[in-house]
Amino acid sequence: MRSAARSRRTAGVSLAVLAAVGGLAACGSSPSGGDGGSTSASKAAGGGTYTIWDPYPQYDKSSDWVKLLETCGTQAGVKVERTGYDTSDLTNKALLAAQQGNSPDVLIVDNPVVSTLAEAGVLTTTEENKLDVSAIAPNLLAAGQSGGKTYGVPIGANTLALYYNKEVLKKAGVDVASVKDWASLTAALEKVKASGKKGITFSAIGTEEGSFQFLPWFWGSGANLTKLDSPEGVSAVALWTDWLKKGYAPNSVINNTQTTSWQEFAGGDYAFAENGTWQLANAKKAGFDYGIIPIPGKDGGTAPAPTGGEFVSIPVQSDTARYATSQKLVTCLTSTDNSLTTTTTLSYIAPTEAVQAKQVAATPDLQVWVDAVKAAKGRTSDDLGTKYPKISEPMWGAVQAALSGSKSPQDAMAAAQSAAASATQ
Amino acid sequence: MSHLTQTAVRPARGSAPARGRRHRAARTRSGQWAAWAFLAPVVLYLLMFYAYPLYRNVELSLRKYTVRSFVQGDAPFAWFDNYAKVFGDATFGPALGHTVVFTLVSLVFQFGIGLALALFFVKHFRLSATLRALFLVPWLLPLIVSASTWSWMLNSDSGVVNAALSWFGVGPINWLTSPDWSLWSVIIANIWIGVPFNLVVLYSGLQAIPAAVYEAAALDGAGAWQRFWKVTFPLLRPVSAITILLGLVYTLKVFDIIWIMTKGGPSGSSTTFATWSYRLGFGNLVPSFGPGAAVGNLLIVMALVFGLIYIRVQRRQALA
Repeated sequence: MRSAARSRRTAGVSLAVLAAVGGLAACGSSPSGGDGGSTSASKAAGGGTYTIWDPYPQYDKSSDWVKLLETCGTQAGVKVERTGYDTSDLTNKALLAAQQGNSPDVLIVDNPVVSTLAEAGVLTTTEENKLDVSAIAPNLLAAGQSGGKTYGVPIGANTLALYYNKEVLKKAGVDVASVKDWASLTAALEKVKASGKKGITFSAIGTEEGSFQFLPWFWGSGANLTKLDSPEGVSAVALWTDWLKKGYAPNSVINNTQTTSWQEFAGGDYAFAENGTWQLANAKKAGFDYGIIPIPGKDGGTAPAPTGGEFVSIPVQSDTARYATSQKLVTCLTSTDNSLTTTTTLSYIAPTEAVQAKQVAATPDLQVWVDAVKAAKGRTSDDLGTKYPKISEPMWGAVQAALSGSKSPQDAMAAAQSAAASATQ
Repeated sequence: MSHLTQTAVRPARGSAPARGRRHRAARTRSGQWAAWAFLAPVVLYLLMFYAYPLYRNVELSLRKYTVRSFVQGDAPFAWFDNYAKVFGDATFGPALGHTVVFTLVSLVFQFGIGLALALFFVKHFRLSATLRALFLVPWLLPLIVSASTWSWMLNSDSGVVNAALSWFGVGPINWLTSPDWSLWSVIIANIWIGVPFNLVVLYSGLQAIPAAVYEAAALDGAGAWQRFWKVTFPLLRPVSAITILLGLVYTLKVFDIIWIMTKGGPSGSSTTFATWSYRLGFGNLVPSFGPGAAVGNLLIVMALVFGLIYIRVQRRQALA
């Protein structure tokens, strides 16, 4: 009796397990098997629903951006289904979708992610999707190139420059024209501090954002990402560390995002703030007179700032016939005629000279940004590609270690270099 | 699972001797089928939403994933390479230390303050219910709100905490940006968030202690202090044990507060296993899923060990 009950019990257990596993297997296989069926069915039936993913969740259905997407869809004769994701979420979403075989038709991603997705085999090359990139500025396009192939079109670019508060500088007796290199900038900060105001604010947070803000100084010193602990690279960290020690920059920069750093500047006490094109609208609302200068290099000139902004790309589809329509959609967003609308909508600098000229004609304020974008450099350029993130992480760590005083700039960068070297092997 | 089957089968077997043999067998069989039918939904649910993700996480940690092999699904099996990598990582030692300190210090203070408040509120006084409700606020607030508020309050330059300290001539302290303070800052915020949970559970535990026991103790001449140590504390032990165990599991995996307040920084000084796992898997442009999953599994094992200890202790108590 007892053993019979037990054997029945085991039979029951194994049955339940079997049923469950069977159910699971069905679930597990449905994404790949069922998906092929369902999407191809929808493709056949709808004939014209194209999905677009972008990292602009701040724009809703009534925004100019979404209206532009719909217009482009209408022109291409299809219905556009758009989803906006948070930037940091989009990479993993795109990877997962590719794994499940249901990538969107058009994917708009942050430029340093392009090489990662390309490496994963998620994106089509311009040879496959027939996108025309001949008019795009080479320094902007470089972020989307790896191994001699191009994986998308920049939708627009933004970069970093120094905003300054005219009134604070005037009170401190600083002529902004004198700020030409690191030494003159530090001298200006000293004067500002002496006048009782605060010097400069930036973001050195322990994420990619921190590296983004540090790079203009790193590159401006003449350093190269392949050798973080070069004397030039160390001098860039030392510059920031020195500012913090002397009180020219607040200690909170270690935890500042670019938004919180902007809020500090908008308070009106700071002379300078390192921030991007996207703050222009907020600068006008700040309620004080501001100006913008490019970030100076160590010994003068304009430091190359990293390019921000997204690439429009066409992910790999099992049904290659879809590329033709996707290509129409992308071209619609990036063509010279529409680029002005797109970049104005997203408050970016256009990726082509023709449209940049139009932008400056419409808003002369943008000239300094156009110059900054021309000097800018992609983070994944120099053929770094997917190595960049593995260098960037130790780099922001080193900046944090030096700024918080747990390591000297030299030690911090040396440790970062050895971490980066072992990660990129 | 085995526990479930036993309880499900036992009643059928227990009722058997009273009836005839054939009758009994048929009855047992149909009863068992019914039992399995009732069990099936929960078993399916457990397998689909617990066992399968767990299995996937273990599998993820045993394979060498790159972005390419993640998409193609052909990641080579790497045995314990990811674990070796994690154990050998310079972050491992500090992260383990931070996780232990964060969990222990949080638990001690959450439980201590929670118990003190529970004892306070158990004496009914005017507005005690209102006050108690107010103490629940930290628990009801979304974590992003409380963590952001804490990070504003602890801001080095414009935070209210440093402003208050400066009245006493102390500071400024770089709460979130100094490697010496960042871990303590997130611990303080976490204690504040965890107190209401301890308060609520211990308060209900206190109410379950019969007043007669206290009366008897008072008649025997026990003072307030003795009543607490000789009556309240021992009788509250089962509730305390489960409160501490749940608190431990919650605290081990705390992620949001640390991530919002310090991102585990500056330079790793407040990194725990939870934030490290997230950083490996999602905090970088190129995700390293394998090591990230490995760290996550270590966390699960840690929680599981304490869960098993709890069950063991509880069983011993039940036997004694």
